[in-house]
Order: sequence, then structure tokens, then C-alpha cells
Amino acid sequence: MTQTQPTEELLDVRLIVNGASHDIRIPARRLLSDALRHDVGLTGTHVGCEHGVCGACTILLDGTPVRACLLFAVSVAGQELTTVEGLANPDGTLGPVQQAFKECHGLQCGFCTPGFLTTITAGLKDNPDPTEDEAREMVSGNLCRCTGYQNIAKSVCRAAELINGQGKGDQE
Amino acid sequence: MKPAPFAYTRPTTIEEALIALASDPYAKVLAGGQSLVPLLSMRLAAPALLVDINGLAELETIHVSEAGEGVVRIGALARHAAVEADEDVRRVQPLISNALKLVAHPTIRNRGTTVGSIVHADASAEMPAVLMLLDGSVTVRSVDGERTIGVHDLFVGPLESSLAPNEIAVSAQFPALAEGTGVACDEVARRHGDYALCGVAAVVGVDGAGAVTSARAAYWSMGDVPVAVDLTEAFVGGRLSDEHLAAAAELALPHLEATEDIHATADYRAQLARVLTRRVVRAAYDDAVARRETNS
Repeated sequence: MTQTQPTEELLDVRLIVNGASHDIRIPARRLLSDALRHDVGLTGTHVGCEHGVCGACTILLDGTPVRACLLFAVSVAGQELTTVEGLANPDGTLGPVQQAFKECHGLQCGFCTPGFLTTITAGLKDNPDPTEDEAREMVSGNLCRCTGYQNIAKSVCRAAELINGQGKGDQE
Repeated sequence: MKPAPFAYTRPTTIEEALIALASDPYAKVLAGGQSLVPLLSMRLAAPALLVDINGLAELETIHVSEAGEGVVRIGALARHAAVEADEDVRRVQPLISNALKLVAHPTIRNRGTTVGSIVHADASAEMPAVLMLLDGSVTVRSVDGERTIGVHDLFVGPLESSLAPNEIAVSAQFPALAEGTGVACDEVARRHGDYALCGVAAVVGVDGAGAVTSARAAYWSMGDVPVAVDLTEAFVGGRLSDEHLAAAAELALPHLEATEDIHATADYRAQLARVLTRRVVRAAYDDAVARRETNS
């Protein structure tokens, strides 16, 4: 060895997760999924395949679903991040997508669930009244190794009902 | 699976980005990162410096020009999802939106960039083949200046483009749909959103009587680089029948490299190329006829 390994540089990064600021000191190579779990301490975001295939680590970046394992934390400093911990109602009760998963048995082991919940939360904002086919399309980028897809698709439609029911209540 | 250490910089102007990129021969540009980050995590790549261009809003542009022959110019930071949703892009060159629907999953398209996908030069990706089919180009910049690379000089080999290490692709240009032509694309993948086992896009021209005047197809996952083939001569007398479509597929096959891997045998891939050629060329023909009827 002619070269000695330099000490890895650490960067000061502010992540805004579910409305709260977190100042962390991390190397540039820290994946966002790892930063959320290890540096911020929010372990709701799960890490499955770690190369963008499984969807378990899906979070919302400025409201849009993205894979946390395909982003460097430093690259999203200052942007609004929403993890599964941010999907509950302000009073701590289950949010509509979570409630739908509970009612429809949309989860079995629960490992993939955080990625589904974030994906569906954003998906129903774009398409508040999906058909069953559209519900399946909405979750087509997420894998469930318990293969509980039937009930997950049902949960999407149920979540839409819950959200629209609340909406109607406000309007009528 | 964690990337090897690298230095990181996030420039706020393109000039800063070009200087940073020129400062280290092992620097790499980070745009959407949907292909790069897995390569880093699997340690198939280990650049010394990442130049994160996500702060360069000037590269987010999608510009559509209908003057002359027309062109869609997509900036380096335009995400697939934004391009796919752009009504002007869809009108001027519908093949772009059609093909983007085949690119991975919506969640990946939210972050991945179209230009990044092109200069990543993956022969199993859709957008390099679409650019090849449409005879487009990529504009690149370095500290030495700007140049535009025609698509036929762009793809060198697997994951290798002709960009110099100090160059950033700033935009890709897709020519507009010409009058009297139609487009289509399709692919077969093991699962929806996976890399295709074989994919085909086609542009077909028809005259007022419905005769084929030109037919070209491009293929992905059929070799080390995307391939475009002129199939016009298969449509003798401008006619389009099952026999002519089959002849077109046979015409294409010698230009393709159907290889075997864990997902498909070479024979199966070649068969997919035959079936998809027939299907996609017919769909592009139908699209051309439909557009003629709408315009007349």
C-alpha cells in the first residue's frame, strides 16, 4: 500500500422529516433509507432489496413517492420528507390508508407495508377514485413477499372510500 | 450493500458543475441516480467524486418547438414523470410519452431523468432506443465548450457512451413526429416494470391511399447497444399484410444480437423480436392511418 486511506469527510445535513428538522452529520454516501433509520431514528421505513426493486423503502419527497434507497440523504437536504410515521392523523389515530389496511387485512408480516402506505397515500392524491385495475397499477412497483396482493388492492379502494367519505362530509 | 466512499459537491450553477467535473478524471454526474445509485451500492462503480446536479433548476426544462420540422428538447434534470405528463411533448412526439410508460415503475420515474437514462447507455433501456429510432441527438457541455452528438455516434458499448469524462449531457433532442407517420412501442418483460427481455419501437409512414412509404424499428435488450433497422423494403408495393410483417421481422433479425441469460434463451428472445416487430409495426401503421384521418 502506497496510499493511506483518508478519514471520510462528514457533512452537516438538515433533513426535514414529517415536518420536524433533524440535523445529522453523515458521509456523502449515506443512503437516505439508512439516514432515516440510523441517524434520524425513524425505523418505520424498511430496507428490503436496497437497489430500487422492492419498494419497501418508498417515502414521499415533496409529496411524491421515491425510493429512499436510491437517494443520498445529502442530496435531499431541506426538502420535505414524509415517512410512514407521518401518515397517522395528528391525534395519533390511524390515517385513512392505514385504517383501510387494518380493515381489509392488507398486511400479513408487515415488512412491505410502509412502502405500500406511502405509495398509496400519494397515489390517491393523484387519482382519488381508482378502479380496481388502477388500484393494482398504483401498487405495481411494490413487492409483498407474503403475496397478499388481493387484500392490498382492496385496501387501496377502501382507503379511497374513507378519504372521499371525509371529503364529502366536508362539502355537503 | 453500501457505496464506497466518495467526495460530494452540489454546484448551484452549471459552470461550477463543469469545473468540478473537470477537476477529477474519476468524477461522475449524479442526476436522478436511479441507475447510478444501485451501481454504487453494488460497488460496480466507485467514482472519486459525485457532482450532484439536482440543484441546477436551469436543466429542468422541457422545450417543444413546432417551427420547421419540430423538436422536443428535454433538459438533463427533467424527470421521466414530468416528460411523460407534458401535453406538448405528447402532441409533438407521442412516442416519447408512450415509451416512458414502459420505463420502470412510476416511483422510479418520479426521480429518474430521461437524459440520464440516455447517457447511461443501457441497451436494455427504452429511451436510448427511442432516441436512436427518431434519429435524435444529445447536447453536452464541458469547460471546453458545447457540442451536439448525433445518436448514431452516441452509443459505444454496454453502459458506454461517447461522452468525455468531463462532459455533462445538458439536453436531448427528439425530432417531432413527421406528417403522415405513426408510432408505437411495446416490450415483453418478466414482470411489469422490469427490464424488457425484448422491446421494439417503430415509426411507419403512410401515403394518402394507406400504402406504407417507410418503416423503421428500434430494438432494446437485443445487443450491446440499441439498434435501429430500416424495414421499408419488406413492404413491397407499400402493402401491409401478415406476410409483409413477417418478412419485416426476418429482415430485422440479422441486425439483432439475441443472447441467452438467466431470463431467456437466445431463441426465445429472437421469437419475441419477431412477434413484437409484427405487433408494433402494425400498431404504428394503424397510428399513422388514424392520424391521417384525424388531420383530413
